[in-house]
Amino acid sequence: MQRKKECVAMLLAGGQGSRLYALTNKIAKPAVAFGAKYRIIDFPLSNCINSGIDTVGVLTQYEPLELNEYIGNGQPWDLDRAFGGVHILSPYQAKVKSSWYEGTANAIYQNMHFMKKYNPDYVLILSGDHIYKMDYAKMLKAHIETGADCTIAAIEVPLKEASRFGILNTNPDGSIYQFEEKPKQPKSTLASMGIYIFTAQKLFDYLEADEQNPDSSKDFGKDVLPAMLNAGEKMFSYRFEGYWKDVGTISSLWEANMELLGEEPVFDVADPDWKIHSRNPLAPPEYIGDNAEVGNSMVALGCEIEGVVEHSVLASNVVVEEGAEVRDSVIMAGTVIKKGAKVLYSIIDENVTVEEGAVIGDPQEAGKGIAVLGRQITIGKNVKVDGGKILDQDYKGE
Amino acid sequence: MAYSTVGVIFSNVHDENIPELSRHRTMASIPFGGRYRLIDFPLSNMVNSGITTVGIVTKNNYQSLIDHLGSGKDWDLARKDGGIILLPPYSDETDAPYTSRLEALKGITGFLNHRKEDYVVISDCDGVARIDIADIVRSHVANQADITMAYTVTDEVESSYYITLDPDETGRVQGVQINPKLNGKANMYINVMVLNREFLIDLIGNAVTRGLTSFGKDILSKSTDTLRIFGYKFDGYYAGIDSLQNYFRHSMELLKKDVRTELFANRDIYTKVRDSAPSKYIDGAKVKDSLISDGCTIEGTVENSILFRGVKVGKGSVVKNSIIMQDTVIENAVELNCVVTDKNVVIRDRRHLSGCEELPYFVSKGRMI
Repeated sequence: MQRKKECVAMLLAGGQGSRLYALTNKIAKPAVAFGAKYRIIDFPLSNCINSGIDTVGVLTQYEPLELNEYIGNGQPWDLDRAFGGVHILSPYQAKVKSSWYEGTANAIYQNMHFMKKYNPDYVLILSGDHIYKMDYAKMLKAHIETGADCTIAAIEVPLKEASRFGILNTNPDGSIYQFEEKPKQPKSTLASMGIYIFTAQKLFDYLEADEQNPDSSKDFGKDVLPAMLNAGEKMFSYRFEGYWKDVGTISSLWEANMELLGEEPVFDVADPDWKIHSRNPLAPPEYIGDNAEVGNSMVALGCEIEGVVEHSVLASNVVVEEGAEVRDSVIMAGTVIKKGAKVLYSIIDENVTVEEGAVIGDPQEAGKGIAVLGRQITIGKNVKVDGGKILDQDYKGE
Repeated sequence: MAYSTVGVIFSNVHDENIPELSRHRTMASIPFGGRYRLIDFPLSNMVNSGITTVGIVTKNNYQSLIDHLGSGKDWDLARKDGGIILLPPYSDETDAPYTSRLEALKGITGFLNHRKEDYVVISDCDGVARIDIADIVRSHVANQADITMAYTVTDEVESSYYITLDPDETGRVQGVQINPKLNGKANMYINVMVLNREFLIDLIGNAVTRGLTSFGKDILSKSTDTLRIFGYKFDGYYAGIDSLQNYFRHSMELLKKDVRTELFANRDIYTKVRDSAPSKYIDGAKVKDSLISDGCTIEGTVENSILFRGVKVGKGSVVKNSIIMQDTVIENAVELNCVVTDKNVVIRDRRHLSGCEELPYFVSKGRMI
């Protein structure tokens, strides 16, 4: 008997995430830090291993370096397997043709040999853009029980946001009769989550066909799924009820971080039954100093806090010096907020230095928006960075 | 490293010094500093000195140690050649496991014979320090020493068994004393020793044939003339953990910035990874001068204390001058002062517990109060 895997996951992690501006200048969106110790990609990877799926291809393209290094051999997610495990799949040169990934479907097509190696019955397609906890095994069970060729995970969204999504129009049994990509006038509020399970052979057939079609933009949502539906393949929706958050914009990333806070958070990363695995920082416990005040916040290992931290998320090794204040903000690893500096309603990337007396951002009530500082920059003494501003270079004032 | 060295760590020696904490575990696996175990310090020191093979001598109660070490990957010691090698008790002629360090060393001569490294560093788990072991080996080689013993200058000792050294100006040790009466500071051996591997094997073999039993009394203290024993003065921060009182005092020293900087600024003390979520401070939490590890949820007041992973402090509770180990749950309106709780303790609503610095109130593993 040939060795095989029942289900192989393919994770599309090539996204640039251009709406995250300075935060994705040098890294791909799935590598963006979230929730004090995680990165976005920890969520789909943890979901995979927690669902019993131990073979994951991660398709990277845009600024893959940091993401590749972060994933490494997959050990933090228990995905360092002798047969299976996590594999980075970058665009490559071949004798016949070499090309960048042209669309989501083309990216999967170019890695057909990877999937076929595991002789899978099913292929799970994921993206690395969302924060959520989902048991893919339940979805796979539904896919098997309905006898579908393709199952699309779907979630109810507010009507006014529906036109941002791929919308599924379904029959009462959950089968899909129409698929509309970002419709101006949506007929339903059931949105595709970009999570698909295909019966493997169907996927391979349709990817081959799509590749031959010169008019195709080689995209799942625009081309492959409609083609399957038109050909009368059995397509079902799988309803997901739970927290699912696109963190593709500055404000949604900020919001998602804040939703981790409080005694009963909107989204719980400390769920013992669904552990979120990640690469762990090598740091001692955080130290909270004599004059520090820390309220309604999440703080990671290695932080040294002497100032005030309120309603904020601080990643590992952040320093908040005496007299400094951090409020309503997300601070990523290794950033230093010096004496008397203030950070209000901001997102600050890794290894930033905010010099003494500087003020970053304005209070949320001021309505100016979230201030964003890109990685490894320095903000000069007593400098003011207005709310809503996005900086990716050192700033010493006007 | 230029001078190839294999590490040997004694996990059980000194267990009797802290019976409270070593009842269910080895000295090596005593929790320390919020997220570490005592073995993390010698083990990290070895790894940071380029040592890739460490034999760990165990005797009893080593289940928690095995659980902590796993494959050794968290210390980068999951290796094809070497890595972490557990050396459980081995007995041939007699059924009893070893009772002395010499017998224990005899039990691992097979391991020592199989290694190819030129030098051996032997360390116990009773010291918290960041020691450059490669530097001890360099000094050992430069002195053409048979044995190099690391020491620190101190007058602090609680243990019932200790060794002091008299090095001359060249570092050569003229005298080795076992349990001498201390008048002020002395050169206290810190249980870290470097030897040539083949020399050590011969030394053990000879001692066994001559029926010797004590490495300290029979070999070290009687061999200063015949062997080239050298001292290596360690000037850094050294916390000897030889009683619950000293455990408490040295733990609290971690709240001092200079101590934390020396031990942790390089971020190279490794420990087992648990994938806990970051700690959460709920509205109403008041935390001052404390070390908080990951996975904690704090709703009450914490002052001058060390919280290990996964500790919960409920509403209205006040924790002062205390060490709260892994997964302890402190419910609401509890007051603790100078308390050490072992793992998985539950302190129910409105309980008040208090000890003093000289005699911290100790709550043993898994108890509910």
